[in-house]
Amino acid sequence: MTRTLVVIGHGMVGHRLVEALRERDVTGQWHVVVFAEESRPAYDRVALSSYVDSWNPDALALPPHDERVELRLGDPVREIDRERRVVRTASGVERSYDALVLATGSVPFVPPVPGRDLPGCHVYRTIEDLDGIRATVEAAHDPAKRQGRRAGMVLGGGLLGLEAANALRGMGISPHVVELGPRLMPLQVDEGGAGLLRRLVEKLDLTVHTGTSASSIERDGDRLIAKLSNGTELDLDVVVFSAGIRPRDELARAAGLAVGERGGVLVDDACRTSDEHVYAIGECANLGGMVYGLVAPGYSMAEVVADRLLGGAAVFPGADLSTKLKLLGVDVASFGDAHAKQEGALEVVVNDAVAGTYAKVVVSDDAKTLLGGILVGDASKYPVLRPLVGRAVPGDPVALIGPAGGVELSLPHDAQVCSCHAVTKQRIVDVVDSGDAVDVPSIKACTKAGTGCGSCVPMLKKLLAECGVEQSKALCEHFDHSRAELFEIVRSTGITTFSELISRHGRGRGCDLCKPAVASILASLENGHVLAGEQAALQDTNDHFLANIQRNGTYSVVPRIPGGEITPDKLIVIGEVARDFGLYTKITGGQRIDLFGATVDQLPRIWKRLVDAGFESGHAYGKALRTVKSCVGTTWCRYGVQDSVGLAVELELRYRGLRSPHKLKSAVSGCARECAEARGKDFGVIATENGWNLYVGGNGGFTPRHADLLASDVDTETLIKLIDRFLMFYIRTADRLQRTSAWIEAMEGGLDHLRAVIVDDSLGICADLEAAMAKHVDSYADEWRGVLEDPEKLARFTTFVNAPGTPDPTISFREERGQKVPVLLGIPEVAK
Amino acid sequence: MTPVCELSALQPERGVAALLPDGSQVAVFLTHDGTVHALGNVDPFSGAAVLSRGIVGDRGGVPVVVSPIYKQAFELSTGKCLDEPGTAVPVHPVRVADGVVQVGSP
Ligand code: SRM
Ligand SMILES: Cc1cc2nc3c(=O)[nH]c(=O)nc-3n(C[C@H](O)[C@H](O)[C@H](O)COP(=O)(O)OP(=O)(O)OC[C@H]3O[C@@H](n4cnc5c(N)ncnc54)[C@H](O)[C@@H]3O)c2cc1C
Ligand code: SF4
Ligand code: FES
Repeated sequence: MTRTLVVIGHGMVGHRLVEALRERDVTGQWHVVVFAEESRPAYDRVALSSYVDSWNPDALALPPHDERVELRLGDPVREIDRERRVVRTASGVERSYDALVLATGSVPFVPPVPGRDLPGCHVYRTIEDLDGIRATVEAAHDPAKRQGRRAGMVLGGGLLGLEAANALRGMGISPHVVELGPRLMPLQVDEGGAGLLRRLVEKLDLTVHTGTSASSIERDGDRLIAKLSNGTELDLDVVVFSAGIRPRDELARAAGLAVGERGGVLVDDACRTSDEHVYAIGECANLGGMVYGLVAPGYSMAEVVADRLLGGAAVFPGADLSTKLKLLGVDVASFGDAHAKQEGALEVVVNDAVAGTYAKVVVSDDAKTLLGGILVGDASKYPVLRPLVGRAVPGDPVALIGPAGGVELSLPHDAQVCSCHAVTKQRIVDVVDSGDAVDVPSIKACTKAGTGCGSCVPMLKKLLAECGVEQSKALCEHFDHSRAELFEIVRSTGITTFSELISRHGRGRGCDLCKPAVASILASLENGHVLAGEQAALQDTNDHFLANIQRNGTYSVVPRIPGGEITPDKLIVIGEVARDFGLYTKITGGQRIDLFGATVDQLPRIWKRLVDAGFESGHAYGKALRTVKSCVGTTWCRYGVQDSVGLAVELELRYRGLRSPHKLKSAVSGCARECAEARGKDFGVIATENGWNLYVGGNGGFTPRHADLLASDVDTETLIKLIDRFLMFYIRTADRLQRTSAWIEAMEGGLDHLRAVIVDDSLGICADLEAAMAKHVDSYADEWRGVLEDPEKLARFTTFVNAPGTPDPTISFREERGQKVPVLLGIPEVAK
Repeated sequence: MTPVCELSALQPERGVAALLPDGSQVAVFLTHDGTVHALGNVDPFSGAAVLSRGIVGDRGGVPVVVSPIYKQAFELSTGKCLDEPGTAVPVHPVRVADGVVQVGSP
């Protein structure tokens, strides 16, 4: 007989419950009805802050349930009738249940500050909250309203407050963080760590006010004026409350269920409330006197209830309250008994003010067991240390956090590697040993490990290596090295030919994978013309003929049109060339013109005409800079705030000819309306009133990805410096054919690490990267002019060695819409 | 045998195309050890006469040319496609006499 389960609330935990139940309830015992207050299905609230990168709610989506789950969105439950076992919703729907689960989460706590309801004051919990903040911020960016820096206040300096502050920063707002306690992140971090944390975030343009709170907020015209209890007055565009959460237990109270003294629906370790038909899970539940504000304990509760509903006897296993702050470019991690509350606990601290790192481990009184710890500035040891909590310390505790990199730690098998999804080392080893998982993505698919906060991913990589799974980085059968390693080899040895490189560092004669990759490395390091000497033999046909091969063996010609700006005279030249050589003509998606259907021997003649008229190669054929698209910008557009065309032209001329692991695209928009689609580019620039915002790692193509904001409101000089560093760092370290988007995603530490390296110069290589780019800019020469001026290179452009000038008999054209297009030959009979 | 070009016109590990009297095309390659190979120039997967423009290298030590269109590898000495067993391009006899490369019919 089918029973009905009603779930109230479709947040992360409610979603997890339904997912777990549907996975295990193979015989279909339960019909599931979910009532959700929000108008969209559950989404990844933990990653809510990343919403400001793309403003795309789909990026936060969680996997949908199957059709056997009835999901009723936008219809909150208003009343529970426990007698009749019926719930009634806002729209008047009544549903009876056999079991009821409360998964109503929590609401942000807004302290009773006068003025807290004024327009411009927000909380930070849902997608709609962030949309509201964005609307306030956009109105504040209206130039008519205000000159100078925009400012915002975040009330609350905990984990969420800092996330909110970072989100404001991403929107071009200078945040003030106001924390009542004596330090930032008081729950997770101790005084020593918080001192460093404060210094690090202040470098990022955050102003921190501790030991004080807002006493009032008032509206003054378009502005909000906040008075702090210490007398400071702040002139603001936006206010965000992030001062803690309160469990949503109102339904439970009204239904007469027991609630905790400080809120939360009281449940036992089976997550059952005082009514045996009613469960509560997630942030609305109070278990053992605790209301957990993290998702992992909520997930554990969901698993417990799914098990109980199917007749199991699971109990809540206890919670791991470890946290790692994943934003702001500042690493903060806190795990286990971080504040050394346990009797006799000892603390070992390594505080390196010069390097900007703070590390503490807490051990038992005999220094034998790891109890917890705090890491600030560098949390790279977190994935190794966290699973060791409660276990024997191997050797001297200082070695765990010592500067020498610490001891090599091997985890016990039952240690939890992924705390978000409660996955043990044993489980990972099992899926790897059985061959079900061979890399990090497949481990994620098999076990869910790594799909939550992501902080355990480095550990997953280590475990793969421990299991003997080699993550091969070999370029191909001829080289055991990755592209990045080959780049370093070529750079440091000064090798200038493929023959020398393969004889010293590889084997065999090379192939279509390593030859173009090495050709690109040599070109990035400025080894003259791509068709000079032996280099010519390494190139793909496109680079070999400096044109793009088409399906019938003809080529296309794309002259560079920097920024998409072109004079009528130059347009006419392109038209005349196309007409005289009978080329099919098309405007590309990159704001330039493509001429198709040229034969090998026509190419130099076509390019002679183009070069004489002042055109250069557009590198449409190369793994190189393609185009820098632009919008019209201030010159013409009534909304433009900077000269986007001017900048696009400058950038395209600066980086033209730059060879890279994959093609590079860019765009510049003159204002936030973003007509140039800059956030779909490897590096994109959007004008602000104060300068430029730089976005990196965007991509159209096969796997579209919006670019991430790297720096905001920078001037042109800084912008170019940052792009120089970004591109050179990419060229040096990316894999073959890895676009910037995939490169950043694969990077350990991701965007934060990238920002540390190229904005904060954490590796001290920025001067070197800039010098390398300067060398490129100085040595640039047009490749097509280089061919036209060199008879030896020109000689390659013949269709037949023994019959120069004879056209290829397999090429023919027909007409379509007034232009010629290729006639495709039938595929020939092939010898078997 | 049709003379197609001087040996010195060939660049090691790169091809050239030549037109034969019957209108067919050959792709002529010089490998690094000085061997000359001639294969039909038409790529069986695209129908385009482009094999001469592919990258020359080796697969597990076997000298190959890789079609520039869809990247299948063809063995230089047998014409066999290594990625799609059963497919091959014609192999033309080839010899070098007095520094001149000569190609015959398959
Ligand atoms: C001509 C053009 C289409 C058009 O008529 O508009 C074009 C044509 C080709 N694209 Fe493209 N892409 C063109 C704009 C784009 C765009 C739009 C843009 O740049 O704004 C995209 C999406 C944006 C992006 O790249 O992130 C685009 C994404 C691709 C991809 C997928 C890249 C990816 O990361 O997934 C490929 C495949 C590749 O590069 O490996 C590709 C590859 C190609 C190639 C080179 C395929 C090939 O190897 O033959 C096409 C040959 C062009 C030729 O023969 O001249 N094309 N291609 C556009 C040339 C722009 C230019 O002026 O340089
Ligand atoms: C910005 C941000 C960052 C965070 N970062 C982290 C992090 O790094 N790590 C971590 O562990 N946790 C983090 N959290 C906390 C984490 O998101 C929560 O612990 C988790 O979402 C709790 O899930 P839940 O399902 O219990 O509650 P919620 O996700 O709040 O879901 C409850 C749902 O129930 C709905 N609801 C309420 N009442 C009713 C009703 N009467 N009828 C119908 N529906 C109702 C609500 O509208 C809501 O959609 C973060 C939270 C935020 C806001
Ligand atoms: S992005 Fe802005 S400045 Fe550029 S064309 Fe669009 S509206 Fe105008
Ligand atoms: S610990 Fe968060 S995803 Fe694994």
